[in-house]
Amino acid sequence: MIFDIEVNNKIIKAKKGETILSALSRNGIKVPTLCYMEELAPSGACRICVVEVEGQPNLVPSCAQPVEEWMRIKTHSPKVIKARKTIVELLLSNHPDDCLYCERNGNCELQKLAVELNVLERRISGQKGKQKADRSGSSMVRDPKKCILCGRCVRVCEEIIGVSAIDFIKRGNHCEITPSFQKGINLSSCINCGQCIMCCPTGALYERDHLPEIIDSLNNPAKHVIIQYSPTISVTLAEEFGVKSGKDINGMINAALRKIGFNKVFDSSFGADINTIEVANELVNRIKTNQNLPMFNSCCPAWVKYIEQTHSHLIENLATVKSPQQIMGKLIKGYYAETFNISANDIYTVSVMPCIAKKFEAQREEMTHKGITDVDAVLTTRELARLIRLYGIDIMNIESELADTILGTRSSAGKLFAVSGGVAEAVIRTSFNLLTGKDLVNFKIIELRSINKGRKEFKIKAGDYEIGVAVVSDMINAEKILNEIKNGRNDIQFIEVMACPGGCVNGGGQPIPSRKEDIKARIKAIYDVDDKESIKFAHKNPQLNELYKNYLGNPCDENCTTILHTSFNKRDVLL
Amino acid sequence: MENNIQFLKEKVLLNETLSFSKEVEERIKILKHEKTTKPVIFVGASSCGYVAGAQKTIDAINNYILENNISVDVVKVGCIGICALEPIMDVQLPGMTRVSFKKINAENVASVLDGVFNNSIVNECVLGQYRQKNLQAWENVNFIDEVDFFAGQKRIVLELNGIIDPENIEAFIAHGGYRAFIKTIYHYTSNEVCKIIEKSELRGRGGSGFPSGKKWKIAHDNAADQRYLICNANESDPGAFMEKSIIESNPHKLIEGMAIAAYGIAASKAYIYIRADNKLAIERFKKALEQAKAFGLLGENIFDSGFNFEIIIKKGPGAFVCGEETAMLNSIEGKRGMPRYRPPYPTERGLFGKPTIINNVETLCNVPQIILNGPIWFNTIGTKASKGTKVFTLSGKINYNGIIEVEMGKSFEDIIFKIGGDVKDNKQFKAIQLGGPAGTCLVKENINIVVDYEELNSIDAIMGSGSIIVMDEKTCIVDITKFYINFIQHESCGKCIPCREGTQRMLEILEKITKIPKDEASHQTLERFKGVMQLESIAEVIKDTSLCGLGKTAANTFLSSLKWFRDEYEEHIFDRKCKAGVCKELRTFFIDVDKCTGCNACMRKCPENAIIGTIKYPHFIVESKCTGCGICFETCKFSAIFIK
Repeated sequence: MIFDIEVNNKIIKAKKGETILSALSRNGIKVPTLCYMEELAPSGACRICVVEVEGQPNLVPSCAQPVEEWMRIKTHSPKVIKARKTIVELLLSNHPDDCLYCERNGNCELQKLAVELNVLERRISGQKGKQKADRSGSSMVRDPKKCILCGRCVRVCEEIIGVSAIDFIKRGNHCEITPSFQKGINLSSCINCGQCIMCCPTGALYERDHLPEIIDSLNNPAKHVIIQYSPTISVTLAEEFGVKSGKDINGMINAALRKIGFNKVFDSSFGADINTIEVANELVNRIKTNQNLPMFNSCCPAWVKYIEQTHSHLIENLATVKSPQQIMGKLIKGYYAETFNISANDIYTVSVMPCIAKKFEAQREEMTHKGITDVDAVLTTRELARLIRLYGIDIMNIESELADTILGTRSSAGKLFAVSGGVAEAVIRTSFNLLTGKDLVNFKIIELRSINKGRKEFKIKAGDYEIGVAVVSDMINAEKILNEIKNGRNDIQFIEVMACPGGCVNGGGQPIPSRKEDIKARIKAIYDVDDKESIKFAHKNPQLNELYKNYLGNPCDENCTTILHTSFNKRDVLL
Repeated sequence: MENNIQFLKEKVLLNETLSFSKEVEERIKILKHEKTTKPVIFVGASSCGYVAGAQKTIDAINNYILENNISVDVVKVGCIGICALEPIMDVQLPGMTRVSFKKINAENVASVLDGVFNNSIVNECVLGQYRQKNLQAWENVNFIDEVDFFAGQKRIVLELNGIIDPENIEAFIAHGGYRAFIKTIYHYTSNEVCKIIEKSELRGRGGSGFPSGKKWKIAHDNAADQRYLICNANESDPGAFMEKSIIESNPHKLIEGMAIAAYGIAASKAYIYIRADNKLAIERFKKALEQAKAFGLLGENIFDSGFNFEIIIKKGPGAFVCGEETAMLNSIEGKRGMPRYRPPYPTERGLFGKPTIINNVETLCNVPQIILNGPIWFNTIGTKASKGTKVFTLSGKINYNGIIEVEMGKSFEDIIFKIGGDVKDNKQFKAIQLGGPAGTCLVKENINIVVDYEELNSIDAIMGSGSIIVMDEKTCIVDITKFYINFIQHESCGKCIPCREGTQRMLEILEKITKIPKDEASHQTLERFKGVMQLESIAEVIKDTSLCGLGKTAANTFLSSLKWFRDEYEEHIFDRKCKAGVCKELRTFFIDVDKCTGCNACMRKCPENAIIGTIKYPHFIVESKCTGCGICFETCKFSAIFIK
C-alpha cells in the first residue's frame, strides 16, 4: 500500500511497513546514520538519524520507526539539528584527538558527521579513555579508545558471519566491545574475516600493518622482492582511486607494482589454477574411494580456522591443498628460486589479498619450513593503495603491462576464485574432465552464480558419478549445511565455504566502504573476464602444465603433496 | 476430620456462595488465628524487620516462653508498612483482639509480654489494636486504624501484608485468597477477563500508567501458539522496596494475580523477573509456588478447568535497565540486557518473538480484588483518570519511613506530613524526589498535587517506581542530583549515545561545580565553563533522543531540580558555596572564638594541619589549607566550629 506523508512541508509517497529512513532516502532526503546497517534489523542505538514527528513527545529514530499515514515529519528542524550535533559532540568529547595520525583519516564516518553538522568548536570536553590497543591479533588491531560503540561489528559478527567473537561488556560509560573475558583477539574465536573492519565507522578496527617491512625490503638491494596479487584485486583497487566499482585494471597494477620496485609481479590466479587441479584430483580420489566426504575447500583461511576451532572432528573433510597464496609463495621460494638460481633466503615474497585472514594464514607454523616462510608479508587492497600513493604513482594514467611469466599465466577459472561459487565452478570444470576425459560444454554454472542467495546448490553427472555441490559464504549458512550433513544428508560431495558474504570480492581487506552495488559490480567484472578470456579451464593453462611436467610431477603425487599440501589441527580458543 | 488441604479445597475454594456453614466458619477462624486456644505472637519478619533485629526479638520471645513455661504460637508475618518502627510484634490472647507493639527488641520483649499476660499493657510500646468482630477489645488501647500512618491509607494490595504468615498458603486461603482465581477459571473466558480489567480502568503501576486491560486485549488478540506473561519485580532504584516487601509479605497474592492475568491473555507460561539479591523474597516466592502446586492451583489442568499454568523464577543480575521491559526480554532470553526499539511492541513480538505481557508486581496484585469485587467497585476508588490505589515507599528524612498505600487523589502533602509524620528531627522540608533517580522533584510550591497520572503528567512528573524520598534543608540539591546522575550513568546499558555519553558528561560537569579547581590552566577553566554552559542543553538532548525509558528520563532529576533550585546551582558555580554544607570542597569552617576552649582536639585530628592555636586559647582555621572534610566539626564537643 502506498500513501502520502508530509515531510518538511512537502508530500512524499511512502510504502506501508517501510521505515521512515527508507521512505526519505527513496525521495532524495538525506538523513545521516551511524549504527544503521541495510541488511540487518534496526537497533536504533546511535540516535543520529532522529527526526521530529509531529505529536510525538520525543524525537524518533528514522531507521527503526515504521511510517504511518498520519505522520508529519521534519528532518532538519532546529531541534533535530541540535540533537544530532550534540550527539556527535558527545562522541567527540572523549575521542582521541589524533585524526591526522589515524588509520581512517579522510575515510571516517565520525569525521564526516562532524563536518556535515558543522562542529567547529569543542564545547563539551570529557575524560578520555585510557584503554590500550589490542595488537595481539596477527590480522587485526582493536583500538577501543576510538570505538564509539555503534555496535555494527558486534551485529555483523553475530548476525551475518555467525561467529560472535566480540560483544559488549560493562555498563554505562565503561561499556566496551571486547572478545571473551577481555582477552586478546588472538585467543578468541575470531576467524579473521575482517567484516567488522569493513563496517567500523572509525579507526577502532583495522588490519595489522605490513607496509614498513615491505618498504624496508624494497630498499634493501640484497633482497629479491616478489609480489603476487589475488584475482580479486584487479577489480577493486580502482575504487580506492575514485573510480566507479567494477573496473578491471589488471595491467595497470602490473605496471604500478614494477614502478614501485618489485622485482617480479605474479598473478595469484596461477596459484588458484594449481589449487583447482589439486583439489579436483583430491575430490575425484575421495569420491572414487568414498572417503572423507563431503570435501570442504581449504582456500579460505577464515573458514579453515572456523573448522579447526568449532568442528575439529571435521578437519579430515577439509581439502589438504594449500591456498593459492601459499602455493604461490612456496613455488616462488622453490621452483622460481631454483630456476633463476637465487637463494630462497634472499627472496622476500609479498602478496596482495582482499583479506585480512591471509595475514593470519601466512604466519601459520605449517607455512614455514626450515626457517623459510612461504609468504613474508601480506597487504590488503587498502594497504596496496596506500603503497601506490606513497610511491607517487598515478595508477589510473599508466600503460598496462602483463604479469611476469613462469608463474603468471592464468585461466579464467582461476580468476573465479574471487567470487563465492567460483572455486566450486573451477573445481567442477576440472573434475568433470578427470572423470569423463571431456570438457564441459556448458562451463558456466549459472546455479552457482546467483548473488542474493544464502546457499547455492548444484548437481552434475560426470561419467558414473554424480557430484553434488553446495556453496555458502558465511558461518550461519555453513552451520546449517553442516547440520544437515550431520543428520544424514549424503548427496553433497563438495562444499565451498567463504567466510565473507559474496566471497573475496567482499573480503575484509577491500576498500571501505564496500556497498552492495559495489560488490555486484565487482562480481560482474570477474564473470566478464571469464566470458572474454580464451583459457577457461585450469587444466588448459599451458604454463601450469609445463610446471607439472618439469617440476611437480603428477597431481596429488608424493612430490606434489610435500610442496602443495598441508595439514590442519584442532585449535583451542575462548568461545 | 479431613486434612487442611482437602478442607480448604472442597469447603472453601469450591464453595462460591460465600455463605459458609457455622462449622466451616469456625475452622476458617482457627486458620486465620482469630479463634485461638493459646496466645499467638506475630513478629514482623521481612527484610525491614530482620534489618531492625527481628531475629533477636524472636530469640528473646522463645526464651521468654521457655522460661515462663507457657504455650504460645509464634508466627512470622510480613511487613505491615511502618518499617521505621520495626521490629513489630503483635500479640493475640484467646478471646482478645490482636494488639501491635513497636520497636520490640531483645531488651523490652519480656516487659511487654509480662504486661500483656498480666492484662496491663505497656503503653509507650503500643502501636494499636486491631478491630476484630466478636473479640473483646483492650481497654485504654488505641485502635491501629486510628494511627495517622494507617488512617490515611486505603489498603487493597497491602491488605494482608504484616497480618498473615507469608509462608502459609492456608492462612491466605482462609483470608479469601485464590477465590478470585477459581472464579475466573470457572466463570470467565479469557476475553471476559480482559474486558473486566479494561472496565475497571486499572492502569499499569510501573510508571507510565498504560491501561492494563487494553494491553492484555492486544496480546490476547495477537494470534500465536504461545504467549507469555512476565511479572516485573526488578525493583532496582535506591529508595524503592515495595515490590520486594509485597513478595516477602504476601507472595500468594502475586501468584493469584499472575494466574488470572495469564488466563486473561491465554498464556500458559509466566516468568517472574526478580533481582537475585532479593534472597528472602525469592525464597518465599519459591515456597509459595510449591504450596500452590500442592494445592493444584498451578500445573496442568488446574481444578479440572483445562487451564495449564506454570511460573518460572528468573533471577536478574541486578541491573536497573533490566526493569525496562524490552531489556528484560533480552535478559530472559539470555542476551545482554539492552533495550530494543519499539515497535514491535512486546504485546506483538515479545519474549522469544511471542506476544508478551509485562506487568509489575503491584498491578498484578490489584487483579484478584477486581475479579472478586467487580470492576465497578474498583471504579469507585480513586480519581476520574486514575482508579484504585497506589503503593509508595517513603524514605529519606522522614519520621515514618516505610510502605504505604493510598487512594488515588490523595495529596503528597498529606502523604508526607500526615502519613509520613513530617520531616525528621524537626528540620525544614525542602523537596521530595518522586519516582527514583529518573524521577522529578516536588517542592513546597507543588507538594499539594494529588496522586493521579494525569495531574502528575501536567507538571512533567511521573509516578515512576513509586518511591518518595524526602529531603530536608540540610540536603544539597546539586549533591543529590550528582548522586542520581551517577547512579543512572553506572546503570546505563551503553547502547545509545545520549544516555551513555551524555550522562557521563553531565556527571563530570556536576563534579566540577562541586569542587574548587586547583592548579587549573586558563584553557581548562574555559573548558570547564563551556561545559557548565552546555549542561542544560545536554540534558534536553538526552531527554529528546534516548532509546528507552531509562534514558529518556535520565535527565529529569537534573532538569526539575534546576527548575526549582537554579539559585542553588548558581551559588555553587559563581559563589562556590554550598548552603546546605554538604559539598565538601565548597565548605569553609570557622571557629567561634567565644565558644572555643582551646582543647586542641580539632587541631590534633585535622589531616591537613589547617588548624593553628595554643592550648587553652581559641584556635584558628587556615582557610587556604582547609579541604572541608569536616573532621574538626565532628570532633568539637563545644559546637565552636561552624560552616559558613
